[in-house]
Amino acid sequence: MNDPKLAPLDPLVIAGRSYGSRLLTGTGKYKDFDETRRATLAAGAQIVTVAIRRVNIGQDAGAPSLLDALPPHEFTLLPNTAGCYNAADAVRTCRLARELLDGHALVKLEVLGDEKTLFPDVVETLKAAEQLVADGFDVMVYTSDDPILARRLEEIGCVAVMPLAAPIGSGLGIQNRYNLLEIVENAKVPVIVDAGVGTASDAAIAMELGCDGVLMNTAIAGARDPVLMAHAMKLAVEAGRAAFKAGRIPRKRYASASSPLDGTIG
Amino acid sequence: MQITLNGRPLDVAASTTVAQLLTQAGYAGRRVAVEVNQEIVPRSRHEQHPLAEGDRVEIVHAIGGG
Repeated sequence: MNDPKLAPLDPLVIAGRSYGSRLLTGTGKYKDFDETRRATLAAGAQIVTVAIRRVNIGQDAGAPSLLDALPPHEFTLLPNTAGCYNAADAVRTCRLARELLDGHALVKLEVLGDEKTLFPDVVETLKAAEQLVADGFDVMVYTSDDPILARRLEEIGCVAVMPLAAPIGSGLGIQNRYNLLEIVENAKVPVIVDAGVGTASDAAIAMELGCDGVLMNTAIAGARDPVLMAHAMKLAVEAGRAAFKAGRIPRKRYASASSPLDGTIG
Repeated sequence: MQITLNGRPLDVAASTTVAQLLTQAGYAGRRVAVEVNQEIVPRSRHEQHPLAEGDRVEIVHAIGGG
C-alpha cells in the first residue's frame, strides 16, 4: 500500500484485545511442529487454536511440545473443546485449559453432535456457553449458520460468534452466504467463519460478506504446500476485508462501458 | 495404593502428592494441568495435595487442533 492516504486495515477486537490479523489458524494435522510454526507465521495468525488432551504417560514426557513451537508470549492461544459431545465435558475441558495456560480466559467452545458431520449440538452448546460465561470465560463459540442461534449466543455473552461455512474439514466453502450475511448484519460481537473453507477464494468471500475474521485448519494443513497456502489465505483475508470496506459495485445484468463514448473515431 | 491415571490403573506409594506423581511420570516443570476426581488442582497446590486410594487423576497438555 503506497498511497499515504490509504488507512491500514482496521484491527479485529476480541474481548477488548486488538489483533492486526483477521486470520485465525488451527494447529492440527501438520507433519511436525516446524511446519506448524512456519505455516502459522506465513498466515500471519495471532490467534491459534490448540486442543487439550491427556498426556501419553511413559511416552512423551521429554518430547518437544506444541507450545515450544508456538509459545504463549508470541501467540494468543485459543484452547478448543474439540471432541466434546456434551456441555459438561466442554466446561471441564475449558477449566483444564485455563489452569494449563495460567488463568487465560479465552476459549473456543465447540460441542459436537455427530461424528459424521461434526455439526454442533446447539442445545448443549447453549448450555455450555451459559456456564462458561458465568464462570468468567471469554467464549468464542463454534455454531451452525443459524442467525437466531447466533443472536442467542451473543445475548448469553459470548465474545465472538463463529458459524461454520460448511462441515469441519470438508473444504466445501461457504454454503449459505445469505445466512452468514444475516448473522453479520445482526451481530454486535465479531463474527468469524469457522470451518469449511477450502481455498483462498472461500476466505475472501467470507470477508467480503462482512465477516470479521476466518478460522481455518485443514485448508492450510491439508494443502500440498501448507506454508504457501497459509500465505494465500493471509492475502485472501486481507483482500476480502479491504474489498468489504471499499464497497463493491452493484451487480447488473447488462454491460456498462468503462471507456468514455465521447470522442470515438469514425 | 491404587489410583487411576489418565484412565489406567497405577500403583503409587500411600499419600503421594500431585507434585510427586508428576515427577514420577516425568512431567515436573512441564506445562500440564492436573485434575483429581474432576476438580482442578492448581499448580500452586500440587505439593500440598495428597492423593488417596481410588483417586481418578488426569494430566493434560496442549496439542495441535483446529
